[in-house]
Amino acid sequence: MAATSLATLRSKIEADLRGRVASPFAYRDRNTFELVSTGILEMDALFGGLPRGAMTEVCGAACSGRTSFLLSALASRTADGEVCALVDARDSFDPLTGNAAGIALDKLLWVRCQNIDQALRAMDLLIQAGGFGMVAVDLSDVPTRTVRQVPLNAWFRFRRAVEDTPTILLMIEQESHAKTCASLVLRLEAGDARWQEASPQVAQALMPVPTEAAPRFLRTLSIYPFSRLLQGFAVGGDVIRSRIQIPERRVVDIRAGGQPKMAVPREMFETETVWRSR
Amino acid sequence: MAFACVYIPDFLVQAVMRAQPSFSECPLALLGGSPPLWSVVAANPAAFEAGIQLGMTKAQVAQFGNVHICMRSEAQEKAAHGALLDAAWSVSPRVEDTAPDTIVLDLEGLTSLFGTDENIAQELARRVATIGLAARVAVAENMEVAIHAARGFTGITIIPAGQERQRLGALPVGVLTTEVETLEILERWGVDTLQALAALPVLKLSERLGQEGVRLSELARGVRQRSLVLAQPSTQFLEEMELDDAVEELEPLSFLLGRLLDQLCARLEARALAVRSVRIRFELQPSFEKDFQTLKEDVRTKPSAKHYEKVLTLPVPMRNAKTLLKLLRLQLQSNPPPAPIQKIYMTADAAAPRVAQNGLFVPCGPDPEKLEVTIARLGKLVGEGNLGCAELLDSHRPESFRMKRFAVANDQKRQSGKREPNIKQNSESCTAITAFRVMRPAQAVRVEMKEQQPTRVYLRGLRGEVVAASGPWRSSGDWWLEDAWHQDEWDLAITFPVTPKASNQKSAECPVQGLYRIYYDALKQGWFLRGVYD
Repeated sequence: MAATSLATLRSKIEADLRGRVASPFAYRDRNTFELVSTGILEMDALFGGLPRGAMTEVCGAACSGRTSFLLSALASRTADGEVCALVDARDSFDPLTGNAAGIALDKLLWVRCQNIDQALRAMDLLIQAGGFGMVAVDLSDVPTRTVRQVPLNAWFRFRRAVEDTPTILLMIEQESHAKTCASLVLRLEAGDARWQEASPQVAQALMPVPTEAAPRFLRTLSIYPFSRLLQGFAVGGDVIRSRIQIPERRVVDIRAGGQPKMAVPREMFETETVWRSR
Repeated sequence: MAFACVYIPDFLVQAVMRAQPSFSECPLALLGGSPPLWSVVAANPAAFEAGIQLGMTKAQVAQFGNVHICMRSEAQEKAAHGALLDAAWSVSPRVEDTAPDTIVLDLEGLTSLFGTDENIAQELARRVATIGLAARVAVAENMEVAIHAARGFTGITIIPAGQERQRLGALPVGVLTTEVETLEILERWGVDTLQALAALPVLKLSERLGQEGVRLSELARGVRQRSLVLAQPSTQFLEEMELDDAVEELEPLSFLLGRLLDQLCARLEARALAVRSVRIRFELQPSFEKDFQTLKEDVRTKPSAKHYEKVLTLPVPMRNAKTLLKLLRLQLQSNPPPAPIQKIYMTADAAAPRVAQNGLFVPCGPDPEKLEVTIARLGKLVGEGNLGCAELLDSHRPESFRMKRFAVANDQKRQSGKREPNIKQNSESCTAITAFRVMRPAQAVRVEMKEQQPTRVYLRGLRGEVVAASGPWRSSGDWWLEDAWHQDEWDLAITFPVTPKASNQKSAECPVQGLYRIYYDALKQGWFLRGVYD
């Protein structure tokens, strides 16, 4: 008798929620995500990739490689034919660098905001629209105290909105603010810059004036500024928090070394500056 | 060969009721003529039952309290006629535009599509009903017979071959299209039905009425033949609405726009087309504005007639009236009309509907209709110019790009078309590119030079020591234009001393060490911060 009433109640709830919730009584593991490549091998080895249907926070100080990480992730998604969106809170995206990083600019919806309020509203609209492979929100240049004022329930709402969708929500910030709403939190730190330098002989040969007539500093310095190019810089990444359980793969890629390792504490990658003439 | 005729009884009334469906439940009298001699030109059956007669003046009609009085609208009649033609074209490509309330279709070859003539007639009546009109349909072997049967009989009429004279005989002579004087002559003769007219000898009729008598006799007997004059379908769809009271607020306006869009989309659906662009034009109420130039000379006001126009161009053809209404609302919210609206013109440019089927291995993108609404909302939020996708320009000028409208590329084009060339084409080389963040607008900085290279940079009140420098990289161009540029760029590694203020704030705007790009603008003669490597 009790079993019958329970079954009736269950079917009634399912009927009421039909169209809104697919299967209300089915257990769903919220920590299992489909992971996609970040476009950087070292980062993929560190945490497996970016989770779909979840929020990922990448934080770090200025010049720590956050934007390089963002561009690589966007390039990786657009290369797979996905449509992505970039919410630029302070209008600092450089399309030239983006193109050099491999982003298909015609697949990237760039929203140039002036403040965090616009950025959060734009993010909300884009998540609700659906269909984007990645929605990236760049809050790098927004002061920390301003981002801290965003109420926690807003982050919960964003997490809930992106759940059960194929969209990757990627936040670029100075500090982590979404707390437990973020499924993955990374911290990046910059290492030393690498300069490509010509030898003094080559530099002297490149000088437009004879050595005797050159300014004094050129004669005294061993490396001339015009014979030096920024080659890139090293970036170290740490996983601050992750609740990603990598699903067991049915087919293991032997060349990639099987399952990604989650026990790596820290990985480094190098950025490379592209100098091009259009 | 069979012909079908679609006739709309009380066309003037139905045209008004199509635009304003609420009138269908109340007695309605339409006034026409030139003011002040307005008189009733049409009315619905409920109004006739209430006592309204054709030719009554406005004052006489006003005495009937329950009868709604409305002016005849040529715009609505035109739109209803266009919709009627669209419904006919959805069934047959060969359509004659006989009269505003009458059209004739050639049914040759339609049997394999719709079945019997009766099925075709029922389908025609159903499709005409979807555009908001109630039609009478008649099918006959003779075109003129079909026309007169549609005008004379209600509902659906099928006249088999050979029975034309017999079936038409019961109809009054009033269904014939001829001059009023001729009808009066026939009435004086006591000829009131087509059967009586057909019984008259043709020769005698010709002697008294001339060729018109012969024509009427042939029509009454159902033997008159003529060719179908084909109408050319148009790809422009126009709907108009004239308002009794001017509308000022957006809410009632969007209700009216929604009704017009519903009508447009129904017409487009009948033709299996979609909207490529919608042009909306408002005729605004003439307002009496004070002209300050003339006010100084003499105190007088002058009326100003205004128009307001908006064009909604869609990236992909669509036919969803709700989506179109949302887009129009967003456009009007961001830029509302300056005065109350008296008349609305809505024109749609039609195109073939988009193909919705994607490739099996192509990732799903945003739904174009939903994306368009989202882009419109984002445009309202951040401004139209701050939204889209960047397109690089072929120039060495810094920041040489422009924003263009974002649209999801067609999947077929995506696979076969050429992509914009970029540096990192090889996806297997998973190395990160050094990203650059641009400071917009460029921030002025103070730079201390020593032996022609930067040694100290003062940025946001902080003094930074230059650790490494690369440059100067000179570029210039467009010297023949007003916005020429001439710059020396430097890439600098700058170390800022850790100040208590900076360490407390933990602000990334004042970092301890970073890679910056500054430039000396030779035209402005100053140093500026272009951005930071990140």
